[in-house]
Amino acid sequence: MTSIAKPKIVHSGLARNVLGLTVRDYEGGMSTLCAGCGHDSITASIVQACFELGVPPHGVAKMSGIGCSSKTPAYFLSASHGFNSVHGRMPSIATGASAANRDLYLLGVSGDGDSLSIGLGQFMHALRRNLDMLYIIENNGVYGLTKGQFSASADLGAKNKRGEENRQPPIDPVQMALALGGTFVARSFSGDKEQLVPLIKAGISHRGFALLDVVSPCVTFNDHEGSTKSYEHAREFNLRAIHTDFVPPEEEIMAAYDEGDVLPVELHDGSRLLLRKLANDYDIGNRGEAIEYLRTRHRAGEIVTGLLYIDESQPDLHGANSTIETPLNQVPYEQLCPGPESLAALQKRYR
Amino acid sequence: MAKQQKSRVNDFVLKIANVNGTGSASANALIMKTVFRMGIPVTGKNFFPSNIQGLPTWYEIRISKDGYLARSGSVDIMIAMNAQTYTRDLQEVAPGGVLIYDSTWPRDRLLARPDITIIGVPLARMCNEQFANVRTRVLMKNMAYVGALAALLDLDRAVIAKLVEETFAKKPALLESNTKALDLGYDYARANFECPLPLRVKTLNKTAGHIMIDGNTAAALGCVYAGATVGAWYPITPSTSIMDAFKAFCERYRKDPKTGERRYCIVQAEDELAAIGIVLGASWNGARSFTPTSGPGLSLMTEFLGFAYFTELPAVLFDVQRVGPSTGMPTRTQQGDLLAAAYASHGDTKHVLLFPRDPRECFELAVTAFDLAERLQTPVIVMSDLDIGMNDWMCKELTWDATYRPDRGKVLSAAELEAAKTFHRYTDVDGDGIPYRTLPGVHPRGSYFLRGSGHNQYGGYTEDSAEYQQVLDRLAKKWRTAATLVPQPEIRRSRQPTKWGIVAVGSSDSAIDEALDLLAKQGVYADYCRVRAFPFGKKVTQFLEQHERVFVVEQNRDAQLKTLLMAETQYPSSRMTSILHYGGLPMDCRCILEALGQAAAAGVAA
Repeated sequence: MTSIAKPKIVHSGLARNVLGLTVRDYEGGMSTLCAGCGHDSITASIVQACFELGVPPHGVAKMSGIGCSSKTPAYFLSASHGFNSVHGRMPSIATGASAANRDLYLLGVSGDGDSLSIGLGQFMHALRRNLDMLYIIENNGVYGLTKGQFSASADLGAKNKRGEENRQPPIDPVQMALALGGTFVARSFSGDKEQLVPLIKAGISHRGFALLDVVSPCVTFNDHEGSTKSYEHAREFNLRAIHTDFVPPEEEIMAAYDEGDVLPVELHDGSRLLLRKLANDYDIGNRGEAIEYLRTRHRAGEIVTGLLYIDESQPDLHGANSTIETPLNQVPYEQLCPGPESLAALQKRYR
Repeated sequence: MAKQQKSRVNDFVLKIANVNGTGSASANALIMKTVFRMGIPVTGKNFFPSNIQGLPTWYEIRISKDGYLARSGSVDIMIAMNAQTYTRDLQEVAPGGVLIYDSTWPRDRLLARPDITIIGVPLARMCNEQFANVRTRVLMKNMAYVGALAALLDLDRAVIAKLVEETFAKKPALLESNTKALDLGYDYARANFECPLPLRVKTLNKTAGHIMIDGNTAAALGCVYAGATVGAWYPITPSTSIMDAFKAFCERYRKDPKTGERRYCIVQAEDELAAIGIVLGASWNGARSFTPTSGPGLSLMTEFLGFAYFTELPAVLFDVQRVGPSTGMPTRTQQGDLLAAAYASHGDTKHVLLFPRDPRECFELAVTAFDLAERLQTPVIVMSDLDIGMNDWMCKELTWDATYRPDRGKVLSAAELEAAKTFHRYTDVDGDGIPYRTLPGVHPRGSYFLRGSGHNQYGGYTEDSAEYQQVLDRLAKKWRTAATLVPQPEIRRSRQPTKWGIVAVGSSDSAIDEALDLLAKQGVYADYCRVRAFPFGKKVTQFLEQHERVFVVEQNRDAQLKTLLMAETQYPSSRMTSILHYGGLPMDCRCILEALGQAAAAGVAA
């Protein structure tokens, strides 16, 4: 995970967020990914979303596994803690981190190889636990660091750079997340910053596991004709089903909207989402129909994007465990050790 | 009738052969506890199948006035409750011993053995006559043999009655049926046989200040007292009861009675790969966290163990060893994971291991493991085994020092970070090879990027040879520091000067203890070094150097402890003799007696 230090220049005219920080405070090192990589656009969206949201950088834990996507935490939020784990195992580290410190903002970045092949089990189980984190999959259908093998998200019939055709059906993390009870399921495109930034904010504010699958073209190995993860293909077939506006807690909802037209969703931290249907035939509140819609559109070659499903009512890992509010790593030892008298009393049963 | 044995009081072995799933465990525990409360040292070994119902299971109780806790190697009284295994159970009884069987179904031919006493008690018939419910009949057969034993062995009936009362305090109906079954067996034995037998018990005062506890329960209690808050695991025999017990203790001590809020979090992971990941994620955030596992789980955890070694994260593992290789025999015991644990993972990795010898040390070393893991910022693996973990051992009462506070190691606080100009994760500030660390969310200056890829002393990514080697060499220095911090070995000197030494770890201890006493009576002497940790400290190497010949006693085929001694000390392997016991049953002293006896006869330099 190489990165090049970026000189920090703060112009007096730069806007400041609720913490008094500028966008520069949310940047990271210079990217060493290929010029034009979709991942760099996602990095920029993360920087903007975190800045606008006003999350304290040192309260964020940037989690990743192995792969091009997993390198990117070095390129944003340099004031945050980073954890670059082993291949496919970031969700378990994130689970432990959340168990120990429920106040952390967990921001996971993974790829289609990391999440859908070697780490499919951990990814699904983190979702099943409704772990409180934003989990971004930077999905390009290909292994970059090992030079161009198909990944598990490659579409049937997609061609690699050498012209070979993929003959295995893809694993779609969005459909899987819907089927497994995911409480925040979204898809976007790295080139659509306008859509991506509110989705990142919403995902961070959601209590529970927020899956954000982002089609993120690989300019070196998967941006050619015949690829279904190329810039050209993504632009042409991006079907924005839902438009999401993110309204922070301190802001009032200004724009007037007709009920039935827009669905407002309140998140646990007081922020609100305004979800507006772009595709008339999409029913946002229905998990089963969402899956069916995705399958139908996918057969037609379209990539459905937007916040496709949200359920704020489900307990996260700590809700299900009834863990105390104080993060466990801050509970004083005196409240954890039962003491010598209890030990003496307990041992009566062993006599 | 066989020739009556000479009277043997408080020194014999009782073995109960049964079918698993018939509820014999509570009856066997009742016998053990009765003997224990009568003040007589006792130990129990459970030989059970990897199965839920219907397969043979045995429970072996050794009653030893001298306090020997290992198996004796022979059986004096067999309670043969399983028709499937009658033949072999009959064979196992030592000459002059006793076999008790359910004479509801006469087995004259099968039971023919002129050199032992055969006692038939119609357990099933009596219970069928007394109890209507089918399940009750099966369960009460077990209580009926306890009743018969009470008469035959002269067990204190008041003690039995008290124990039964305690067990069924909240279930009066069960108290009544169990008491009735006990009486059935007792009365029948009194009416039909000369009671008590020459093999019998007599009240002593040798168990005061002791408890009967299994190692997994004790280890779990150690985790509670050490202040562990996050437990992650994947169920695997024989480690499972650690997390079961941890949960039960936490429900008792760490749950707010009003709100139901918990001051702990247990995650049942999808597999062991995730279990160790959860532990590392939690300890990265400064919570004490642990995972119990066994061999197959340890194999799965190796990638993350190397990661934790290199990124310097604390972690506590309990490896309750079972028989390998592969799935092996999940309900049998071994010390077969020593090498796999010591060098788990690719590249140059080494891990701190602790070796408890009994449940009491499982409790104590659990606490030590957390302190060491945080002090050294590295995984610590407590190497228990099935014998320690799942059997009830008599050991000294657990005690707790109220002044104990966890050693959190070199963790910088917000104030320290505020005062510091800079923070670098992997610099050797103190010269002991242990760097300083920070926790996420504490202070902006503490942020760093943790990575398993090559990094320099500042925590930055590197592919530079010199920078990489600097970090790796410091880790070696930290390893040398670890050797000074881990628990010292326990050394037992022989009464006569000797050039022979025995080296062993863990549960082999009780067999060695007994062997040394018996050998001394034959004029064969050896010193004994019970290694309690890896890396080996100075005292271990000194012990080796003080002896011309060292017998390395261990419970595996490939002499793994000897291999570690060869790899990590300068002591010549030609002067080490292996004594290996690896069939899967807890060790008894015979293999040690034999090896040292032969060596003495052969005139091996002593």
